[in-house]
Amino acid sequence: MSQIHELYQQIILDHNKAPRNFRAMADATRTVEGYNPLCGDHYTVYVKLDGETIADISFQGAGCAISKASASVMSQLLKGKSREEAERLYGTFHDLVTGKMDPEGRLEQLGKLAAFAGVSEFPARVKCASLAWHTLHSALTSGAAKVTTE
Amino acid sequence: MEILAQHVADIPGAAISIAGCRHHFPVLRQLVNGKPLVYLDNAATSQKPQVVIDAMMRYYEEENSNIHRGVHTLSERATTAYEKVREKVAGFLHAASPREIIFVRGTTEAINLVAHSFSRRGILQGDEVLITAMEHHSNIVPWQMVCEEKGARLRVVPITDSGELMLDELEPLLTSKTRILAVTHVSNALGTINPIKDIVSRAHRRGIPVLVDGAQAVPHMPVDVQDLDADFYAFSAHKMFGPTGVGVLYGKAALLESLPPYQGGGDMIRSVTFEKTTYAELPHKFEAGTPNIGGGIGLGAAIDYLQKLDMTAVAAHEHDLLQYATEHVSRIPGLTIIGTAREKAGVLAFVMEGIHPHDIGTILDSEGIAIRTGHHCAQPVMARFRVPATARASFAFYNTKEEIDALVRGLARVKEVLG
Repeated sequence: MSQIHELYQQIILDHNKAPRNFRAMADATRTVEGYNPLCGDHYTVYVKLDGETIADISFQGAGCAISKASASVMSQLLKGKSREEAERLYGTFHDLVTGKMDPEGRLEQLGKLAAFAGVSEFPARVKCASLAWHTLHSALTSGAAKVTTE
Repeated sequence: MEILAQHVADIPGAAISIAGCRHHFPVLRQLVNGKPLVYLDNAATSQKPQVVIDAMMRYYEEENSNIHRGVHTLSERATTAYEKVREKVAGFLHAASPREIIFVRGTTEAINLVAHSFSRRGILQGDEVLITAMEHHSNIVPWQMVCEEKGARLRVVPITDSGELMLDELEPLLTSKTRILAVTHVSNALGTINPIKDIVSRAHRRGIPVLVDGAQAVPHMPVDVQDLDADFYAFSAHKMFGPTGVGVLYGKAALLESLPPYQGGGDMIRSVTFEKTTYAELPHKFEAGTPNIGGGIGLGAAIDYLQKLDMTAVAAHEHDLLQYATEHVSRIPGLTIIGTAREKAGVLAFVMEGIHPHDIGTILDSEGIAIRTGHHCAQPVMARFRVPATARASFAFYNTKEEIDALVRGLARVKEVLG
Protein backbone atom coordinates (compact mmCIF):
# COMPACT_ATOMS: atom_id res chain seq x y z
CA MET A 1 0.00 0.00 0.00
CA SER A 2 1.37 3.45 -0.88
CA GLN A 3 2.08 5.87 1.95
CA ILE A 4 -0.78 8.09 0.86
CA HIS A 5 -3.23 5.16 1.12
CA GLU A 6 -1.75 4.34 4.53
CA LEU A 7 -2.85 7.82 5.54
CA TYR A 8 -6.21 7.93 3.80
CA GLN A 9 -7.46 4.51 4.88
CA GLN A 10 -10.98 3.41 4.05
CA ILE A 11 -12.20 4.00 7.61
CA ILE A 12 -10.95 7.59 7.44
CA LEU A 13 -12.53 8.24 4.06
CA ASP A 14 -15.80 6.75 5.27
CA HIS A 15 -15.93 8.77 8.50
CA ASN A 16 -14.96 11.93 6.58
CA LYS A 17 -17.88 11.49 4.21
CA ALA A 18 -20.38 10.37 6.79
CA PRO A 19 -19.21 11.57 10.21
CA ARG A 20 -20.91 9.85 13.19
CA ASN A 21 -22.41 11.79 16.11
CA PHE A 22 -22.11 14.92 13.98
CA ARG A 23 -24.59 17.16 15.78
CA ALA A 24 -24.89 19.83 18.45
CA MET A 25 -26.02 18.76 21.93
CA ALA A 26 -28.30 21.16 23.79
CA ASP A 27 -27.96 19.44 27.17
CA ALA A 28 -24.21 18.80 27.11
CA THR A 29 -22.43 19.13 30.47
CA ARG A 30 -19.19 20.20 28.75
CA THR A 31 -18.86 22.09 25.47
CA VAL A 32 -15.39 22.92 24.20
CA GLU A 33 -14.24 24.48 20.96
CA GLY A 34 -11.07 23.25 19.25
CA TYR A 35 -9.34 25.38 16.67
CA ASN A 36 -6.21 24.97 14.58
CA PRO A 37 -5.39 28.48 13.35
CA LEU A 38 -2.79 27.10 10.96
CA CYS A 39 -5.26 25.33 8.70
CA GLY A 40 -8.60 26.64 9.94
CA ASP A 41 -9.88 23.31 11.32
CA HIS A 42 -12.59 24.21 13.78
CA TYR A 43 -14.72 21.84 15.87
CA THR A 44 -16.95 21.96 18.90
CA VAL A 45 -16.99 18.83 21.04
CA TYR A 46 -20.04 18.19 23.26
CA VAL A 47 -19.87 15.80 26.22
CA LYS A 48 -22.67 14.72 28.52
CA LEU A 49 -21.26 13.29 31.73
CA ASP A 50 -23.26 10.99 33.99
CA GLY A 51 -21.06 10.88 37.07
CA GLU A 52 -17.75 9.52 35.79
CA THR A 53 -19.28 8.09 32.60
CA ILE A 54 -19.47 9.73 29.17
CA ALA A 55 -23.18 9.19 28.59
CA ASP A 56 -23.14 10.97 25.24
CA ILE A 57 -20.61 12.68 23.00
CA SER A 58 -21.00 14.54 19.72
CA PHE A 59 -19.22 17.14 17.62
CA GLN A 60 -19.76 19.75 14.94
CA GLY A 61 -17.55 21.86 12.75
CA ALA A 62 -15.36 21.78 9.67
CA GLY A 63 -11.89 20.69 8.73
CA CYS A 64 -9.80 18.29 6.71
CA ALA A 65 -10.54 14.58 6.23
CA ILE A 66 -8.07 13.53 8.92
CA SER A 67 -9.43 15.87 11.59
CA LYS A 68 -13.07 15.11 10.84
CA ALA A 69 -12.60 11.32 10.72
CA SER A 70 -10.60 11.46 13.93
CA ALA A 71 -13.37 13.35 15.73
CA SER A 72 -15.96 10.94 14.38
CA VAL A 73 -14.09 7.77 15.40
CA MET A 74 -13.36 9.31 18.80
CA SER A 75 -17.04 10.00 19.41
CA GLN A 76 -17.93 6.39 18.56
CA LEU A 77 -15.24 4.92 20.78
CA LEU A 78 -15.89 7.04 23.85
CA LYS A 79 -19.64 6.79 24.19
CA GLY A 80 -20.33 4.89 27.40
CA LYS A 81 -16.67 4.92 28.50
CA SER A 82 -15.51 6.22 31.85
CA ARG A 83 -13.61 9.45 32.09
CA GLU A 84 -10.52 7.47 33.10
CA GLU A 85 -10.76 5.16 30.05
CA ALA A 86 -11.20 8.19 27.82
CA GLU A 87 -8.04 9.74 29.20
CA ARG A 88 -6.16 6.47 28.67
CA LEU A 89 -7.33 6.29 25.05
CA TYR A 90 -6.30 9.91 24.59
CA GLY A 91 -2.77 8.91 25.65
CA THR A 92 -2.79 5.85 23.39
CA PHE A 93 -3.97 7.89 20.41
CA HIS A 94 -1.35 10.55 21.03
CA ASP A 95 1.44 7.96 21.19
CA LEU A 96 0.15 6.32 18.01
CA VAL A 97 0.01 9.43 15.82
CA THR A 98 3.29 10.84 17.09
CA GLY A 99 5.05 7.55 16.33
CA LYS A 100 5.85 6.76 19.98
CA MET A 101 3.97 3.49 19.73
CA ASP A 102 4.46 0.70 17.22
CA PRO A 103 0.96 -0.47 16.24
CA GLU A 104 2.37 -3.89 15.27
CA GLY A 105 0.87 -6.58 17.54
CA ARG A 106 -1.52 -4.12 19.22
CA LEU A 107 -4.23 -4.07 16.58
CA GLU A 108 -6.80 -5.59 18.91
CA GLN A 109 -6.11 -3.05 21.63
CA LEU A 110 -6.19 -0.18 19.12
CA GLY A 111 -9.30 -1.24 17.22
CA LYS A 112 -10.46 1.52 14.90
CA LEU A 113 -7.71 3.81 16.16
CA ALA A 114 -5.23 1.69 14.17
CA ALA A 115 -6.52 3.46 11.04
CA PHE A 116 -4.63 6.55 12.24
CA ALA A 117 -1.22 4.81 12.46
CA GLY A 118 -0.27 6.26 9.04
CA VAL A 119 -0.48 9.80 10.41
CA SER A 120 2.88 9.41 12.17
CA GLU A 121 4.56 9.41 8.75
CA PHE A 122 3.10 12.88 8.06
CA PRO A 123 4.33 15.21 10.83
CA ALA A 124 2.38 18.15 9.39
CA ARG A 125 -0.86 16.23 9.88
CA VAL A 126 -0.42 15.12 13.51
CA LYS A 127 -2.22 18.25 14.71
CA CYS A 128 -5.15 17.51 12.40
CA ALA A 129 -5.55 14.03 13.86
CA SER A 130 -5.20 15.20 17.47
CA LEU A 131 -7.41 18.29 17.41
CA ALA A 132 -10.64 16.61 18.54
CA TRP A 133 -8.77 14.53 21.13
CA HIS A 134 -7.08 17.60 22.60
CA THR A 135 -10.44 19.31 22.71
CA LEU A 136 -11.98 16.36 24.50
CA HIS A 137 -9.06 16.15 26.93
CA SER A 138 -9.63 19.79 27.78
CA ALA A 139 -13.37 19.20 28.19
CA LEU A 140 -12.67 16.42 30.69
CA THR A 141 -9.85 17.99 32.65
CA SER A 142 -10.15 21.76 32.67
CA GLY A 143 -12.66 24.51 32.46
CA ALA A 144 -11.23 25.92 29.21
CA ALA A 145 -13.88 26.69 26.65
CA LYS A 146 -11.47 26.93 23.74
CA VAL A 147 -8.43 24.95 22.71
CA THR A 148 -6.02 25.90 19.98
CA THR A 149 -3.28 23.75 18.51
CA GLU A 150 -0.36 25.37 16.80
CA MET B 1 26.52 21.58 -19.40
CA GLU B 2 25.19 22.45 -15.96
CA ILE B 3 28.52 23.83 -14.84
CA LEU B 4 28.80 25.87 -18.01
CA ALA B 5 25.32 27.30 -17.49
CA GLN B 6 26.22 28.36 -13.96
CA HIS B 7 29.32 30.14 -15.16
CA VAL B 8 27.31 32.10 -17.69
CA ALA B 9 25.30 33.48 -14.78
CA ASP B 10 28.58 34.70 -13.32
CA ILE B 11 29.70 36.71 -16.32
CA PRO B 12 28.88 40.35 -15.67
CA GLY B 13 26.38 41.69 -18.15
CA ALA B 14 25.72 38.37 -19.87
CA ALA B 15 21.98 37.87 -20.38
CA ILE B 16 20.32 34.74 -18.98
CA SER B 17 17.50 33.04 -20.86
CA ILE B 18 14.50 31.82 -18.89
CA ALA B 19 14.52 28.56 -20.82
CA GLY B 20 17.96 27.66 -19.50
CA CYS B 21 17.73 29.03 -15.98
CA ARG B 22 16.52 25.97 -14.05
CA HIS B 23 20.04 24.60 -13.85
CA HIS B 24 21.02 27.58 -11.73
CA PHE B 25 18.81 26.41 -8.85
CA PRO B 26 20.41 23.45 -7.05
CA VAL B 27 17.39 22.75 -4.84
CA LEU B 28 15.22 22.06 -7.88
CA ARG B 29 17.39 19.11 -8.92
CA GLN B 30 15.95 16.61 -6.47
CA LEU B 31 13.33 13.96 -6.02
CA VAL B 32 10.69 14.47 -3.33
CA ASN B 33 8.78 11.34 -2.34
CA GLY B 34 10.36 9.63 -5.34
CA LYS B 35 9.11 12.22 -7.84
CA PRO B 36 10.91 15.18 -9.41
CA LEU B 37 10.26 18.22 -7.21
CA VAL B 38 7.62 20.56 -8.62
CA TYR B 39 8.03 23.70 -6.53
CA LEU B 40 4.90 25.85 -6.73
CA ASP B 41 5.13 27.66 -3.39
CA ASN B 42 7.02 30.71 -4.60
CA ALA B 43 4.70 33.22 -2.96
CA ALA B 44 5.81 31.79 0.39
CA THR B 45 9.49 31.83 -0.49
CA SER B 46 11.51 31.46 -3.67
CA GLN B 47 14.47 29.19 -4.38
CA LYS B 48 18.00 30.58 -4.62
CA PRO B 49 20.29 30.42 -7.65
CA GLN B 50 23.83 29.12 -7.17
CA VAL B 51 25.23 32.65 -7.68
CA VAL B 52 23.38 33.88 -4.59
CA ILE B 53 24.57 30.95 -2.47
CA ASP B 54 28.13 31.42 -3.76
CA ALA B 55 28.14 35.18 -3.13
CA MET B 56 27.16 34.67 0.50
CA MET B 57 29.69 31.89 0.97
CA ARG B 58 32.41 34.02 -0.63
CA TYR B 59 31.54 36.87 1.70
CA TYR B 60 31.92 34.68 4.79
CA GLU B 61 35.08 33.02 3.46
CA GLU B 62 36.86 36.15 2.26
CA GLU B 63 35.36 39.38 3.56
CA ASN B 64 33.48 38.78 6.80
CA SER B 65 33.89 41.80 9.01
CA ASN B 66 31.74 44.42 10.68
CA ILE B 67 30.85 47.40 8.53
CA HIS B 68 30.90 51.19 8.88
CA ARG B 69 33.48 51.36 11.69
CA GLY B 70 36.68 49.42 11.15
CA VAL B 71 39.69 51.00 9.49
CA HIS B 72 41.14 47.62 8.65
CA THR B 73 41.07 46.15 5.16
CA LEU B 74 38.39 43.54 5.65
CA SER B 75 36.01 46.03 7.24
CA GLU B 76 36.51 48.41 4.37
CA ARG B 77 35.89 45.65 1.84
CA ALA B 78 32.74 44.50 3.65
CA THR B 79 31.47 48.09 3.95
CA THR B 80 32.10 48.75 0.25
CA ALA B 81 30.37 45.50 -0.77
CA TYR B 82 27.36 46.17 1.48
CA GLU B 83 26.94 49.79 0.38
CA LYS B 84 27.23 48.68 -3.26
CA VAL B 85 24.15 46.53 -2.69
CA ARG B 86 22.28 49.65 -1.55
CA GLU B 87 23.16 51.25 -4.89
CA LYS B 88 22.00 48.13 -6.74
CA VAL B 89 18.67 48.15 -4.91
CA ALA B 90 18.21 51.85 -5.69
CA GLY B 91 18.88 51.12 -9.36
CA PHE B 92 16.60 48.07 -9.38
CA LEU B 93 13.68 50.07 -7.92
CA HIS B 94 14.54 53.23 -9.88
CA ALA B 95 14.84 55.18 -6.63
CA ALA B 96 16.25 58.70 -6.82
CA SER B 97 19.09 57.93 -4.39
CA PRO B 98 20.63 55.07 -2.36
CA ARG B 99 19.90 57.23 0.73
CA GLU B 100 16.27 56.22 0.24
CA ILE B 101 17.05 52.52 0.66
CA ILE B 102 16.79 51.25 4.25
CA PHE B 103 17.87 47.68 4.95
CA VAL B 104 15.53 45.80 7.25
CA ARG B 105 14.78 42.16 8.11
CA GLY B 106 11.96 41.89 5.61
CA THR B 107 8.66 43.37 4.48
CA THR B 108 7.12 42.89 7.91
CA GLU B 109 9.83 44.90 9.63
CA ALA B 110 9.65 47.58 6.91
CA ILE B 111 5.92 48.07 7.54
CA ASN B 112 6.40 48.03 11.31
CA LEU B 113 9.12 50.65 10.92
CA VAL B 114 6.85 53.00 8.99
CA ALA B 115 3.82 52.33 11.21
CA HIS B 116 5.85 52.98 14.35
CA SER B 117 7.82 56.02 13.20
CA PHE B 118 4.96 57.55 11.27
CA SER B 119 2.51 57.22 14.14
CA ARG B 120 4.89 58.90 16.57
CA ARG B 121 4.86 62.02 14.42
CA GLY B 122 1.69 61.97 12.46
CA ILE B 123 -1.18 59.94 13.93
CA LEU B 124 -3.46 61.38 16.59
CA GLN B 125 -6.68 60.41 18.28
CA GLY B 126 -9.57 60.44 15.81
CA ASP B 127 -7.29 60.08 12.77
CA GLU B 128 -7.74 57.28 10.27
CA VAL B 129 -5.42 54.73 8.69
CA LEU B 130 -6.64 53.19 5.45
CA ILE B 131 -5.78 49.66 4.31
CA THR B 132 -7.54 47.22 1.95
CA ALA B 133 -9.47 43.98 2.34
CA MET B 134 -6.76 42.00 0.52
CA GLU B 135 -3.81 42.80 2.79
CA HIS B 136 -1.47 40.22 4.29
CA HIS B 137 -1.53 40.17 8.09
CA SER B 138 1.78 42.06 8.02
CA ASN B 139 0.02 45.06 6.47
CA ILE B 140 -2.93 44.86 8.88
CA VAL B 141 -1.62 44.12 12.36
CA PRO B 142 1.07 46.85 12.64
CA TRP B 143 -1.56 49.45 11.71
CA GLN B 144 -4.08 47.94 14.10
CA MET B 145 -1.52 48.23 16.91
CA VAL B 146 -0.85 51.87 16.04
CA CYS B 147 -4.55 52.69 15.86
CA GLU B 148 -5.19 51.05 19.20
CA GLU B 149 -2.36 52.97 20.82
CA LYS B 150 -3.33 56.33 19.33
CA GLY B 151 -7.09 56.01 19.42
CA ALA B 152 -7.16 56.19 15.63
CA ARG B 153 -9.51 54.25 13.38
CA LEU B 154 -8.52 51.55 10.89
CA ARG B 155 -10.62 51.69 7.74
CA VAL B 156 -10.70 49.13 4.95
CA VAL B 157 -11.23 49.46 1.20
CA PRO B 158 -13.49 46.56 0.15
CA ILE B 159 -12.87 44.14 -2.73
CA THR B 160 -15.13 42.60 -5.39
CA ASP B 161 -16.02 38.93 -5.82
CA SER B 162 -13.24 38.62 -8.38
CA GLY B 163 -10.74 40.01 -5.86
CA GLU B 164 -10.28 43.52 -7.26
CA LEU B 165 -10.17 46.66 -5.15
CA MET B 166 -13.38 48.70 -5.30
CA LEU B 167 -11.84 51.94 -6.49
CA ASP B 168 -15.17 53.76 -6.27
CA GLU B 169 -15.26 52.90 -2.57
CA LEU B 170 -11.70 54.14 -2.16
CA GLU B 171 -12.61 57.74 -2.96
CA PRO B 172 -14.99 58.41 -0.03
CA LEU B 173 -12.55 56.66 2.33
CA LEU B 174 -9.79 59.15 1.51
CA THR B 175 -10.78 61.93 3.91
CA SER B 176 -9.22 64.81 5.78
CA LYS B 177 -8.76 62.38 8.70
CA THR B 178 -6.77 59.83 6.65
CA ARG B 179 -3.10 59.96 7.64
CA ILE B 180 -1.75 57.15 5.46
CA LEU B 181 -2.91 54.53 2.94
CA ALA B 182 -1.19 51.12 3.07
CA VAL B 183 -1.89 48.84 0.14
CA THR B 184 -0.38 45.74 -1.40
CA HIS B 185 0.99 45.86 -4.95
CA VAL B 186 0.14 42.19 -5.57
CA SER B 187 -2.12 40.09 -3.33
CA ASN B 188 -0.40 36.98 -1.99
CA ALA B 189 -3.72 35.18 -1.52
CA LEU B 190 -5.50 36.18 -4.74
CA GLY B 191 -2.79 37.21 -7.19
CA THR B 192 -4.52 40.54 -7.93
CA ILE B 193 -2.20 43.24 -9.28
CA ASN B 194 -3.46 46.56 -7.93
CA PRO B 195 -3.36 49.74 -10.07
CA ILE B 196 -0.86 51.37 -7.71
CA LYS B 197 -0.11 54.39 -9.86
CA ASP B 198 -3.79 55.30 -10.03
CA ILE B 199 -4.33 54.61 -6.30
CA VAL B 200 -1.31 56.74 -5.34
CA SER B 201 -2.46 59.65 -7.48
CA ARG B 202 -5.94 59.53 -5.89
CA ALA B 203 -4.38 59.60 -2.41
CA HIS B 204 -1.87 62.32 -3.30
CA ARG B 205 -4.65 64.56 -4.58
CA ARG B 206 -5.72 64.72 -0.94
CA GLY B 207 -2.18 64.93 0.38
CA ILE B 208 -2.21 61.39 1.80
CA PRO B 209 1.04 59.40 1.65
CA VAL B 210 0.99 55.78 0.45
CA LEU B 211 2.92 52.74 1.63
CA VAL B 212 3.06 49.90 -0.90
CA ASP B 213 3.70 46.29 0.17
CA GLY B 214 5.76 45.07 -2.77
CA ALA B 215 6.69 41.62 -1.41
CA GLN B 216 4.77 39.78 -4.13
CA ALA B 217 5.54 42.27 -6.93
CA VAL B 218 9.29 42.80 -6.90
CA PRO B 219 10.17 39.17 -7.78
CA HIS B 220 7.76 39.07 -10.70
CA MET B 221 7.63 42.37 -12.60
CA PRO B 222 9.62 45.56 -13.21
CA VAL B 223 9.03 48.10 -10.41
CA ASP B 224 9.73 51.82 -10.71
CA VAL B 225 8.98 53.55 -7.41
CA GLN B 226 9.32 57.03 -8.94
CA ASP B 227 6.92 56.23 -11.73
CA LEU B 228 4.45 54.77 -9.20
CA ASP B 229 5.14 57.82 -7.04
CA ALA B 230 4.94 55.56 -3.95
CA ASP B 231 6.02 57.25 -0.73
CA PHE B 232 7.14 53.98 0.87
CA TYR B 233 7.73 50.63 -0.84
CA ALA B 234 8.63 47.45 1.05
CA PHE B 235 9.88 44.02 -0.01
CA SER B 236 11.76 40.92 1.21
CA ALA B 237 14.88 39.41 -0.37
CA HIS B 238 13.79 35.81 0.21
CA LYS B 239 10.80 36.08 -2.11
CA MET B 240 13.05 37.41 -4.87
CA PHE B 241 15.61 34.59 -4.96
CA GLY B 242 17.77 36.06 -2.21
CA PRO B 243 18.25 34.90 1.40
CA THR B 244 15.85 35.12 4.33
CA GLY B 245 16.34 37.77 7.02
CA VAL B 246 16.94 40.79 4.81
CA GLY B 247 14.55 43.17 3.10
CA VAL B 248 14.20 46.74 1.99
CA LEU B 249 12.18 49.78 2.85
CA TYR B 250 12.26 52.45 0.16
CA GLY B 251 11.07 55.85 1.29
CA LYS B 252 11.15 59.28 -0.30
CA ALA B 253 14.09 61.12 1.26
CA ALA B 254 12.05 64.10 2.47
CA LEU B 255 9.55 61.82 4.23
CA LEU B 256 12.23 59.63 5.78
CA GLU B 257 14.03 62.71 7.03
CA SER B 258 10.88 63.94 8.73
CA LEU B 259 10.33 60.68 10.64
CA PRO B 260 11.90 59.82 13.99
CA PRO B 261 14.17 56.74 14.16
CA TYR B 262 12.59 53.31 14.64
CA GLN B 263 15.14 51.59 16.90
CA GLY B 264 17.98 53.12 18.84
CA GLY B 265 21.49 51.70 19.05
CA GLY B 266 24.83 51.61 17.34
CA ASP B 267 25.27 52.66 13.72
CA MET B 268 22.25 55.01 13.77
CA ILE B 269 23.89 57.81 15.72
CA ARG B 270 26.21 60.73 15.03
CA SER B 271 27.11 61.42 18.64
CA VAL B 272 25.98 60.12 22.01
CA THR B 273 26.25 61.69 25.44
CA PHE B 274 24.05 60.89 28.43
CA GLU B 275 22.36 64.24 27.90
CA LYS B 276 21.65 64.04 24.19
CA THR B 277 22.08 61.87 21.11
CA THR B 278 22.09 63.20 17.57
CA TYR B 279 21.08 60.78 14.91
CA ALA B 280 22.93 59.78 11.78
CA GLU B 281 21.90 60.89 8.32
CA LEU B 282 19.79 58.75 6.02
CA PRO B 283 19.78 55.85 5.53
CA HIS B 284 21.71 54.94 8.71
CA LYS B 285 19.24 56.74 10.98
CA PHE B 286 16.92 53.75 10.52
CA GLU B 287 19.54 51.02 10.72
CA ALA B 288 20.41 50.41 14.38
CA GLY B 289 22.83 47.62 15.17
CA THR B 290 24.92 45.34 12.98
CA PRO B 291 22.77 44.42 10.00
CA ASN B 292 22.49 41.13 8.12
CA ILE B 293 25.59 41.84 6.04
CA GLY B 294 25.89 38.39 4.48
CA GLY B 295 22.19 38.48 3.62
CA GLY B 296 22.63 41.88 2.03
CA ILE B 297 25.43 40.51 -0.15
CA GLY B 298 23.08 37.68 -1.18
CA LEU B 299 20.38 40.21 -2.05
CA GLY B 300 22.87 42.05 -4.26
CA ALA B 301 23.66 38.83 -6.13
CA ALA B 302 19.93 38.13 -6.57
CA ILE B 303 19.42 41.58 -8.10
CA ASP B 304 22.35 41.04 -10.48
CA TYR B 305 20.80 37.74 -11.49
CA LEU B 306 17.32 39.19 -12.05
CA GLN B 307 18.70 42.05 -14.10
CA LYS B 308 20.48 39.62 -16.42
CA LEU B 309 17.22 37.71 -16.70
CA ASP B 310 15.24 40.89 -17.48
CA MET B 311 12.12 41.52 -15.38
CA THR B 312 9.93 42.15 -18.42
CA ALA B 313 10.73 38.67 -19.70
CA VAL B 314 10.06 37.24 -16.22
CA ALA B 315 6.62 38.89 -16.09
CA ALA B 316 5.74 37.64 -19.60
CA HIS B 317 6.77 34.05 -18.85
CA GLU B 318 4.81 33.96 -15.59
CA HIS B 319 1.79 35.44 -17.32
CA ASP B 320 1.93 32.55 -19.84
CA LEU B 321 2.20 30.03 -17.00
CA LEU B 322 -0.77 31.57 -15.19
CA GLN B 323 -2.94 31.51 -18.30
CA TYR B 324 -2.00 27.91 -19.05
CA ALA B 325 -2.61 26.83 -15.46
CA THR B 326 -5.91 28.73 -15.18
CA GLU B 327 -7.17 27.12 -18.38
CA HIS B 328 -6.26 23.56 -17.37
CA VAL B 329 -7.03 23.69 -13.66
CA SER B 330 -10.43 25.35 -14.12
CA ARG B 331 -11.55 22.38 -16.25
CA ILE B 332 -11.44 20.10 -13.20
CA PRO B 333 -15.03 19.50 -12.07
CA GLY B 334 -15.82 20.80 -8.58
CA LEU B 335 -12.81 23.11 -8.54
CA THR B 336 -13.29 26.86 -8.00
CA ILE B 337 -10.55 29.43 -8.48
CA ILE B 338 -10.48 32.10 -5.76
CA GLY B 339 -9.17 35.36 -7.20
CA THR B 340 -10.09 36.06 -10.80
CA ALA B 341 -9.01 39.67 -11.19
CA ARG B 342 -8.32 40.92 -14.71
CA GLU B 343 -4.77 41.85 -13.78
CA LYS B 344 -3.12 38.94 -11.98
CA ALA B 345 0.35 37.76 -11.10
CA GLY B 346 1.30 34.06 -11.02
CA VAL B 347 -0.87 33.01 -8.10
CA LEU B 348 -3.56 30.35 -8.54
CA ALA B 349 -5.65 29.85 -5.41
CA PHE B 350 -8.51 27.37 -5.44
CA VAL B 351 -10.87 25.18 -3.45
CA MET B 352 -12.29 21.77 -4.36
CA GLU B 353 -15.80 20.72 -3.48
CA GLY B 354 -15.91 18.37 -0.49
CA ILE B 355 -12.11 18.25 -0.16
CA HIS B 356 -10.23 20.31 2.41
CA PRO B 357 -7.15 22.19 1.10
CA HIS B 358 -4.96 20.46 3.67
CA ASP B 359 -5.78 17.07 2.17
CA ILE B 360 -5.04 18.46 -1.31
CA GLY B 361 -1.65 19.64 -0.06
CA THR B 362 -0.71 16.28 1.46
CA ILE B 363 -1.68 14.26 -1.61
CA LEU B 364 0.11 16.64 -3.99
CA ASP B 365 3.19 16.43 -1.77
CA SER B 366 3.16 12.66 -2.14
CA GLU B 367 3.51 13.36 -5.88
CA GLY B 368 6.47 15.69 -5.28
CA ILE B 369 4.38 18.84 -5.78
CA ALA B 370 4.84 21.65 -3.23
CA ILE B 371 1.93 24.07 -2.87
CA ARG B 372 0.70 26.10 0.09
CA THR B 373 -2.56 25.39 1.86
CA GLY B 374 -4.21 27.39 4.60
CA HIS B 375 -5.19 31.01 5.11
CA HIS B 376 -1.95 32.46 3.65
CA CYS B 377 -1.71 35.01 6.47
CA ALA B 378 -4.77 36.69 4.99
CA GLN B 379 -7.65 35.56 7.21
CA PRO B 380 -9.84 38.54 6.21
CA VAL B 381 -9.53 37.42 2.56
CA MET B 382 -10.65 33.91 3.53
CA ALA B 383 -13.60 35.40 5.44
CA ARG B 384 -14.49 37.61 2.45
CA PHE B 385 -14.70 34.56 0.16
CA ARG B 386 -16.34 32.44 2.90
CA VAL B 387 -13.71 29.68 2.79
CA PRO B 388 -11.74 28.41 5.79
CA ALA B 389 -8.64 28.01 3.65
CA THR B 390 -7.49 27.63 0.06
CA ALA B 391 -4.90 25.65 -1.86
CA ARG B 392 -2.45 27.95 -3.65
CA ALA B 393 0.00 27.26 -6.46
CA SER B 394 2.33 30.21 -7.06
CA PHE B 395 4.81 30.46 -9.90
CA ALA B 396 8.30 31.79 -10.52
CA PHE B 397 10.21 32.20 -13.77
CA TYR B 398 11.89 28.79 -13.34
CA ASN B 399 8.56 26.95 -13.44
CA THR B 400 7.46 25.25 -16.65
CA LYS B 401 4.27 24.16 -18.38
CA GLU B 402 5.31 20.55 -17.74
CA GLU B 403 5.13 21.31 -14.02
CA ILE B 404 1.63 22.65 -14.42
CA ASP B 405 0.72 19.43 -16.25
CA ALA B 406 2.08 17.59 -13.20
CA LEU B 407 -0.11 19.76 -10.96
CA VAL B 408 -3.20 18.92 -13.04
CA ARG B 409 -2.35 15.19 -12.88
CA GLY B 410 -1.80 15.58 -9.13
CA LEU B 411 -5.24 17.14 -8.69
CA ALA B 412 -6.78 14.20 -10.57
CA ARG B 413 -5.00 11.96 -8.07
CA VAL B 414 -6.49 13.99 -5.20
CA LYS B 415 -9.96 13.25 -6.53
CA GLU B 416 -9.07 9.59 -7.02
CA VAL B 417 -7.90 9.21 -3.40
CA LEU B 418 -10.60 11.30 -1.73
CA GLY B 419 -13.38 11.33 -4.32
